[in-house]
Amino acid sequence: MIREPRPLRLALRLVVIGYLALLVLWPVSMVVVNTFSDGLGNLADAFGNPAVTSGLRLTLEVAVWSVALNLVFGVGTSLLLTRYEFVGKRTLSTLIDLPLAVSPVVVGLALMLVYRRDAPLGGALYDLGYQIIFATPGMILATVFVALPLVVREVVPVLQEIGDEQESAARSLGGTGWQVFWRITLPAIKWAVVYGVVLALARSLGEFGAVKVVSGNVSLRTQTATLVVEETYANFQQGTAYAVALLLTLAAVACITVVSILRPKEARA
Amino acid sequence: MSQAATAGRLVGVRRRRRTGSRSLGPYSAVGLGVAVVGFALLVLIPLAVVVGAAAAGGAQAFWAALANPQTLNAIALTVGVAVGVAAFNAVIGTVIAWVLVRDDFRGKAVLNVVIDIPFALPTIVAGLVLLSLYGPRSPLGVDVANTRTAVTLAIAFVTLPFVVRTVMPVLEELEVDVEEAASSLGATGWVTFRRVVLPSLVPAISSGAALSFARGISEYGSLVLLSGNMPNQTEVVSVRVLSHIENGDVASAAAVATGMLVIALLVLTGLDLLQRRVARRDS
Repeated sequence: MIREPRPLRLALRLVVIGYLALLVLWPVSMVVVNTFSDGLGNLADAFGNPAVTSGLRLTLEVAVWSVALNLVFGVGTSLLLTRYEFVGKRTLSTLIDLPLAVSPVVVGLALMLVYRRDAPLGGALYDLGYQIIFATPGMILATVFVALPLVVREVVPVLQEIGDEQESAARSLGGTGWQVFWRITLPAIKWAVVYGVVLALARSLGEFGAVKVVSGNVSLRTQTATLVVEETYANFQQGTAYAVALLLTLAAVACITVVSILRPKEARA
Repeated sequence: MSQAATAGRLVGVRRRRRTGSRSLGPYSAVGLGVAVVGFALLVLIPLAVVVGAAAAGGAQAFWAALANPQTLNAIALTVGVAVGVAAFNAVIGTVIAWVLVRDDFRGKAVLNVVIDIPFALPTIVAGLVLLSLYGPRSPLGVDVANTRTAVTLAIAFVTLPFVVRTVMPVLEELEVDVEEAASSLGATGWVTFRRVVLPSLVPAISSGAALSFARGISEYGSLVLLSGNMPNQTEVVSVRVLSHIENGDVASAAAVATGMLVIALLVLTGLDLLQRRVARRDS
């Protein structure tokens, strides 16, 4: 292994620590400093504000739905992509990544054009009693969209790596498809599914642009926590904005910490 | 490690075991049907409708929407900053990956988690925290709010993990005996790095930079509070699309959005080709 000379090594280390401190650590620590600048007052104000509590509740509801849908869709699609042959498989595999590269605003626009009341599909759903745009279902759709590739991208490589010898063996011994999935496949991909879910959760709690377009951003009704941060900051309630941002930051840091603690476990196994 | 896995897989760094794929049985055929219909209703049809809405006004209206001076300025700013930041990330991301893999010091584990914060942090919060350190009430006395520097800063923040997380797994799996052979034959450390290590990192660096570019041109949330969204100066493409939507000008919004979709598809297709080339060379 090449070893850079000691001064160079220290210089590189310094550059990296300096860059990460100035770009990420220091700014993110400001949210803590600013939230507690007057003791617990900002947090108390935030929790006393019905717009904040309703935003947090809505964020949680949207995130739970989005994660659940992504879990089912993600595991199912991963199995299809790794275990079966069908026409259009490579196209599906490339298109799955599309949400990673599309602007959240475009995601919102796309969903709005299809599911608003005066569009054919949106209108039909509205007549059946389901309002999608400017309501919770539209926000769930937008969140599912942006978090879509995360579970698939975690699970597919693990499925490819474990191969299907054990699954074929179980099947040849008479296991049904369901038994093979529960007893053989799922235990092998369990950690990948957990990472995928945690990442999808982090993404879902934090979605902003797509939800802003489809929700209509109505306080107390269709405003999620991230939209509350924007509105309270713009309305000079900075303390409240920082308090809500702190909660979102803690959730995000908790998610990535969980993933980084879990991950070495897989390497040991 | 969020992006590590995602991005690492895009360059195909994992060894793959052969799996005997089966043709579809009745249950899996239904599963495929449900997955494809769901994917179509959620992703494909809505995106196709955007393209359709852009085309509905005819080619002339489409080009007029794109050639609007304010839109052109937004495109130039967004693409310029995204390219610049991607190039910068290619360098600093490789350095960060190198230090995290090869160096050892107290607190390295913390830095490893810090790298992923931009991926998990809500973008509006990213904008808020950058504004509190580099905005009007900055404790550093640096105020870049509402300038192009702010746009660059925000995009550098949200794209930080991409190159780091694509390069790290490749660097970890690199065979060290090749490096030792090079230095035993008299190559200096720098020559070994440039001639032996760097060439094997290039595919990972370029896919990381491409992901960073794709993320950079589509960024919205972190810019809302930080950049001021001033027309012709700090307004990026996503903000332009949103203001078209808010003004009820769906055709123009769809036209600009279609332009962005084309770029996203190009980047993804390029990555797919790159991944396949690397996979072929490995086998």
